Amino acid sequence: MIIAFTLNGKPVTARVLTPVSLLDVLRDQLELSGSKNACDQGECGSCSIVLDGAVVCSCLVMAADVEGSEVTTVEGVASGGVLNAVQEAMHAAGAVQCGFCTPGIVVAATDLFETNPTPSRTEIKEALAGNICRCTGYGAIVRALEEITGEVS
Amino acid sequence: MVETNFGHVRPEHIVGLRRVAELEEWEGRRIGAAVTWRRLEVDGPRALAQAARTVGSPQIRNAGTIGGNLATASPAGDGHPFLAAVDASVELVSPSGTRAVLWSEFFTGVKQTSMANDELISAVLLPEDLPERHEFAKVGVRNAMVISTVCAVVTRRDDGRTTVGLGSVAPTPIRARQAEEMISSIDRPSETDLNEFARLVSAETTPISDHRSTEAYRRHAAGVLCRRLLVRCLR
Repeated sequence: MIIAFTLNGKPVTARVLTPVSLLDVLRDQLELSGSKNACDQGECGSCSIVLDGAVVCSCLVMAADVEGSEVTTVEGVASGGVLNAVQEAMHAAGAVQCGFCTPGIVVAATDLFETNPTPSRTEIKEALAGNICRCTGYGAIVRALEEITGEVS
Repeated sequence: MVETNFGHVRPEHIVGLRRVAELEEWEGRRIGAAVTWRRLEVDGPRALAQAARTVGSPQIRNAGTIGGNLATASPAGDGHPFLAAVDASVELVSPSGTRAVLWSEFFTGVKQTSMANDELISAVLLPEDLPERHEFAKVGVRNAMVISTVCAVVTRRDDGRTTVGLGSVAPTPIRARQAEEMISSIDRPSETDLNEFARLVSAETTPISDHRSTEAYRRHAAGVLCRRLLVRCLR
């Protein structure tokens, strides 16, 4: 079947023949490789996207199910080549470890600041609970996000 | 979805339920099957909201639903102890009609239910008169993204009637009926009563040892957890 949905503000279509995940369609067909695949089971959060206003793991979304939906990936959080406040803050603080989980953290943190512009340290940690992939280096990420004030996007 | 990602199942036909609006309806004590953990976390009855808050991560709570939790029928499902403790029913629809199945008839084994092949979970039906107090807690090895080692709900009515719902300590969610009966008749339980309550709870569990925990630990933790939850209800 052909599915049509809105991806980072633009209408797109994809051909879905098997029960593939939205993550696979994003990466393999639509060539947006920012969303990462580390676990394929919702554990790592590296594939986080915003689907109709809610942050979800795109590996757990059946691609055929997003017909008519609005999807924002990490490629869609910056506008016109200008990084958003989360990206700026993480960049400035060097808030990465190996970097594989970073796209998912950018998406989850951006969503956090859009719904709660002044999160506490605890709220930041809880918002990233689905992205903490258990290597290390999260102190810098949390500290970077704590520096953010004002509008994110 | 995980099973298809890993190639464990290759379904020929798939029915997409994400945009079936009726399944998202939540009116009073009837909670649509597609109501997410996120919504339950915000608007659910206390112990169910507490349970919802411990499920997975924000991403999982935005996608996971109470109906999905039931259909999976994992012994460790975090929503199950509440449904057991309040005697909730599962509403099933099929081409031949709608029926409500009590939770204890719904779960038949590890990841097994009494649903027929042509049935779909449409809602969870909570009783109108929820107990005045109910509390949830779980034991796991970390704060987020954790499958329960033991999860439990204790409810207590003003007249003393107490119920105990437990997960991860038997092939299906269970009630600790002997513990319930013992403590329900005691208006103000003493330390000795609370200890006996915990002992009975532990005795009624039939846990296994696996990669997450041991039989002995689960049995012990179930008693400790329920004693603690009862104390919270009595405050």
